[in-house]
Amino acid sequence: MSSIQLPAKIENMELLVQFISDIARKLDFSGKRIKEIELATEEALVNIINYAYPDHSGSIKVTCSQDPPNDSYKASHKAFVIKIEDTGIAFDIMSLKDPDISTGISDREVGGLGVFLIRKLMDKVLYHRKNKKNILELVVNIPAK
Amino acid sequence: MEIIKTGKENNAIIVKIVGRMDAVTAPEFEKALSAWIDESEKYFVVDLSSLEYISSAGLRSILIIAKKLKALNGKIVLAAMEESVNEVFEISGFNSIIPIHDTVQAAIRQF
Repeated sequence: MSSIQLPAKIENMELLVQFISDIARKLDFSGKRIKEIELATEEALVNIINYAYPDHSGSIKVTCSQDPPNDSYKASHKAFVIKIEDTGIAFDIMSLKDPDISTGISDREVGGLGVFLIRKLMDKVLYHRKNKKNILELVVNIPAK
Repeated sequence: MEIIKTGKENNAIIVKIVGRMDAVTAPEFEKALSAWIDESEKYFVVDLSSLEYISSAGLRSILIIAKKLKALNGKIVLAAMEESVNEVFEISGFNSIIPIHDTVQAAIRQF
């Protein structure tokens, strides 16, 4: 298990994504899957950076592990688990409605896509609020050898 | 990320994007294209053959430019995107609102 904690600032986003992607690269993921992991983590981090701390500064803690954190998903797959924690305002990304992706250019909403991409690309997304912390877990199945 | 103007054909500015379009770099794309739009350019071909990665921030910037151009009767056409970038366009449904072509030449022929 390894973790990193940095101020929730946009200039730290690439560093945090790099931290996760360096660990993912040591596992058996394809190049395409690594980019999907980078994308989902960027979306989660940017949400925290933009919205978690509206009136004070705060931090983001990222912990990567390979063991299932609990039994709520099938343990038949070994999984890469990216845990992202912040102490900002409560925000359950799973509570958002999917954006309407069928409208044309003029009516297309500019927001809401990030969370949609996280849900589409990760094998499992878990959210819980504990001790005034948002705890988001992005779970990626590790391909069988 | 780098934004390079590689030419102008059929009245369309051809722009090549190199690197990663993420939440940090996407505003640069918006700024660069907005500056050309302010100079009365309305047609753009964006060569994405060297774009390695795009996030929702990148999609958002492209959408903002596409909306701006639509209001001016202009157009943005994307070309030559690689597989992982194409996947993000497909999942988000952007492939049905922004014209995408396999090659830069095919994109230029749209103008």
